Amino acid sequence: MCLAVPGQLLSVTGEDPLFRRGRVAFGPLVKEISLACLPEVKVGQYVLVHAGIAISAIDAEEAQRVLALLESLEEDEP
Amino acid sequence: MKYLDEFRDRDAVASLAAAIRAAATKPWRLMEVCGGQTHSIVRHGLDTLLPENVELIHGPGCPVCVTPTEAIDRAIALALRPGTALCTFGDMLRVPGSRGSLAQAKAEGGDVRMVYSPLDAVKLAQQEPELEVVFLAVGFETTAPAHALAVLQAHNLGLRNFSLLVSHVLVPPAIEAIAASADSRVDGFLAAGHVCAVMGEEQYRALVERLRVPIVITGFEPVDILLGVLLCIRQLERGEARLENPYARVVRSDGNRQAQAMVSEVFEEVPRRWRGIGELPRSGLALRPAFHDYDAERRFDLSGVRADDDPRCVAGEVLRGVKKPHQCGAFGTACTPERPLGAPMVSAEGACAAYYRYRRSEAQPATASAT
Repeated sequence: MCLAVPGQLLSVTGEDPLFRRGRVAFGPLVKEISLACLPEVKVGQYVLVHAGIAISAIDAEEAQRVLALLESLEEDEP
Repeated sequence: MKYLDEFRDRDAVASLAAAIRAAATKPWRLMEVCGGQTHSIVRHGLDTLLPENVELIHGPGCPVCVTPTEAIDRAIALALRPGTALCTFGDMLRVPGSRGSLAQAKAEGGDVRMVYSPLDAVKLAQQEPELEVVFLAVGFETTAPAHALAVLQAHNLGLRNFSLLVSHVLVPPAIEAIAASADSRVDGFLAAGHVCAVMGEEQYRALVERLRVPIVITGFEPVDILLGVLLCIRQLERGEARLENPYARVVRSDGNRQAQAMVSEVFEEVPRRWRGIGELPRSGLALRPAFHDYDAERRFDLSGVRADDDPRCVAGEVLRGVKKPHQCGAFGTACTPERPLGAPMVSAEGACAAYYRYRRSEAQPATASAT
């Protein structure tokens, strides 16, 4: 039930903050998603979507930090 | 897909497994709290990559599983009520109530509609003003903002035919109850990443202080889960108990403030009964008095609906991490996804469903030993 999927925000519509929504691409699939919980999000950003609403904007730098940590682990291996 | 594929990378998984083997010198038991994580672990066989002295214990983080049977019975009663549509997420459909499931109620003519989002149920109420639309609001903190938003939208639109049947639960009280229970076997917790995406780190930092166990905020992909295991074991080996957040690409320290504000505008904390754990104080959400018009339990008379769980089902012990699914005498025989005795066998996050789907061949029912 807590499954949430990352997708890229393509466009934003609606003025009223409660009804503001965006088109989000999950690979080839595009769905209309509520942006009521992410007032600051910008087109082009990746968002995490759960039950039809975006709950988090994905931080690209933090993602990169984990990937860099993994590379350092791989180098440690004998 | 970006942010999925790189966190499923085979080489990264292999080197994390090697790092865990190198780090773990003593026996450790870690509980992954969320059922979504359980499914990822069993599906990808991540537990089989761990050394023998590291055991993953499956936690209670399946909202469908901890929902008392009578909540299902109430939903069924509403679905069978003339002029009422019961809307729900798909994974509630086959969960057994005391006299059948929502899927069976639908087959018998009940109006049960599967929706992707509670906001779809608001749209339905808007399009069909003569229809009473009830959404079965089951979930953890991750889902609470969507339910709060549905109520706020319905209120804003002036809808009088929309309500929620609420059976919401909160994660920290469950972690605390499990850590404090006499049969607790847990050395550290992998906290549920998407719950924390909404709620942030603060509650978990407080739990670490009180319980003196490491908690690592963990995502759902194989790399995320093994990284959570590695960081938790490194803490345990050093005798530390801290909160760590390697899932910071999704989880901000503050969580999602906007979502938290919506949830606390609409809901208040109440005691809630958990299947297998019992009643826990301040462990559930209910609609605040200002939103009682949207409370299905107040709108419709459901007081006569009472239910008992099937005595053969050991869901309680599975949910507390005391038993693994295939240690149940009914697993795969009296209890299957087609004829389930308890919710963990059918929910998309249920531990029994995960073992049935991915581990049935190696688990001989009733005689199987723990892995």
